[in-house]
Amino acid sequence: MLALAATDPTPLYVIGGYLLLLVGLGFVTKALFRGTSSDYFVATRSIGPFLLLMSVFGTTMTAFALVGSTGKAYDLGIGVYGLMASSSAVVHSLVFFLVGMRLWAIGKRHGYVTQIQFFRDRFESSFLGSLLFPILVALVIPYLLIGLLGAGAVMSGVTRGMFPDTFAGGAVPSWLTGMVICGVVLFYIFSAGLRGAAWANAFQTVVFMITGVVAFLLISNELGGLAAASHRVLANAPSHLAREGLIGHGQFLTYGLVPLSVGMFPHLFQHWLTARSARTFRLSIIAHPVFIMIVWVPCILIGIWALGAGIEAPGGNSNAVLGKAVAVLLANPLLSGLLTAGILAAIMSSLDSQFVCLGTMFTHDVVLHRTGPDRFDDAAKVALGRGFIVFIVVLTYLLSLFPPPHIFDLAVWCFSGFASLFPLVFAALYWRRATRAGAIASVCVMAATWSVLFYDGLIRPRAVEGDYLVLGLMPVTFIFLASAATLVVVSLLTAPPSRATVDRFVFRGG
Amino acid sequence: MRRFVWFLVVVLAIAHWDYWNWNDRGLVAGFLPVGLAYHAAFSVAAGATWALVARFAWPAGIERWASEGDGAGDGRGAAESDEGPANAGGGAET
Repeated sequence: MLALAATDPTPLYVIGGYLLLLVGLGFVTKALFRGTSSDYFVATRSIGPFLLLMSVFGTTMTAFALVGSTGKAYDLGIGVYGLMASSSAVVHSLVFFLVGMRLWAIGKRHGYVTQIQFFRDRFESSFLGSLLFPILVALVIPYLLIGLLGAGAVMSGVTRGMFPDTFAGGAVPSWLTGMVICGVVLFYIFSAGLRGAAWANAFQTVVFMITGVVAFLLISNELGGLAAASHRVLANAPSHLAREGLIGHGQFLTYGLVPLSVGMFPHLFQHWLTARSARTFRLSIIAHPVFIMIVWVPCILIGIWALGAGIEAPGGNSNAVLGKAVAVLLANPLLSGLLTAGILAAIMSSLDSQFVCLGTMFTHDVVLHRTGPDRFDDAAKVALGRGFIVFIVVLTYLLSLFPPPHIFDLAVWCFSGFASLFPLVFAALYWRRATRAGAIASVCVMAATWSVLFYDGLIRPRAVEGDYLVLGLMPVTFIFLASAATLVVVSLLTAPPSRATVDRFVFRGG
Repeated sequence: MRRFVWFLVVVLAIAHWDYWNWNDRGLVAGFLPVGLAYHAAFSVAAGATWALVARFAWPAGIERWASEGDGAGDGRGAAESDEGPANAGGGAET
């Protein structure tokens, strides 16, 4: 992506230095690790407001926030911000407030570590957990692959020409980047579990936020200033300063359902459980929308400015626009190294939480669920967790060596799947009448509807290029409505759960 | 006040659909496209609205409720699973 086509190794030194800093941070968090399974899986529910804000924000912002947003703005103009970012500004905080805080309270009340433990007890159904487990894992794994493959593409671009006698194209190959990234992430999460991930996320969030703003200021300066850069867009690509003809009203409105996915991300659920108290959520709820603005506005502007300045996307790949803009406009190896480190920071701050979460799910939802919670002592549970995390990292790495086609198009489908499970978690928390049969039917209908639309939108050849829409609406609309309607109808047709069970999970206060 | 701040959230959600800016190619402060400026300001307004929600619509008693768990952090709970009580919950890790 960052195609400098130069042999100056400075970017590699900067990136190497950054990765070493993360390893150093791993040693620090290892010293903070308390040695218990509670600390390993949920940081002993002791994380304060600032660390929660940074770790949750870093987890929800993937590489897409830097690289993809710039590319999307290059393709679709400034409307991308309203479509993807400001909708999240409202919805994410709403979900943190209405869902996250209550799940934290329930997690503390009953000692839960995973979503599935909660759903199994709330709906008095072990089968529901067994049904959800493969769906959640299947929706997270492509997300992991996108991160690893994205890191490989970035490193390949920035190191092109550095190793002509060693690697094809003289660039660090994706398999080597993936191995190093997995190794670094594995080191700090292996050392201290979710506590290590939270600290690393906070550090990496600071890095990618600063990197984005610095790149923005330097690029605008190189283009003659903010006004000159935007006036070039007005002259050369005026359509990208508005939304008419690029984004439809139906698409814009229904995209607002996609950010509901944060309510069902298993890795975010686990981060919520780390909070010290309900009050810890306040800073995340208030600052998250502003943080989104700080990261996204500069990236959107760089995307349209690149178009206005006549910078062409390499090979038609708009995701490479940010790197190309940096290479063409700045041609500074130090800055390329810093920007690459920033992109890797965004990638790794999501990867780490997802690795820990999947390892935790295998440990608790599969092994401990089958054997009983008292089968293993505390140290053995930590060992199991670590073992499964290594398994997940190795599995993901191996899968990244054989990426399926359309892997980068999978992101919005993964998000749509999680968003369509939102009615389940919302009903579990707020609707006393929601039943086991309703929950199971809702998950089955969601999976079926998602599969049909996924086949139609991504697998089956299409005549029309661009985003896949159904009747001008995002496919998530239909999956979400099918899932929600099934949950309501089947719940009303079946016997309600016992009052004692519901009382354990539905908070009656304000 | 609680109802008012939730009303503000509804207004915020509706205000997200700024159809009146759809074809406006103007620049605010000479560099920021109108649609982008609107949504950047919208993000700040969202933060302010959530600050009001956190101040006036905070769920009273949630901390106490969180500390009243039947298993005191045990995680096994009392619910019966459809595979039998022994497998319910499964998380005695804290």
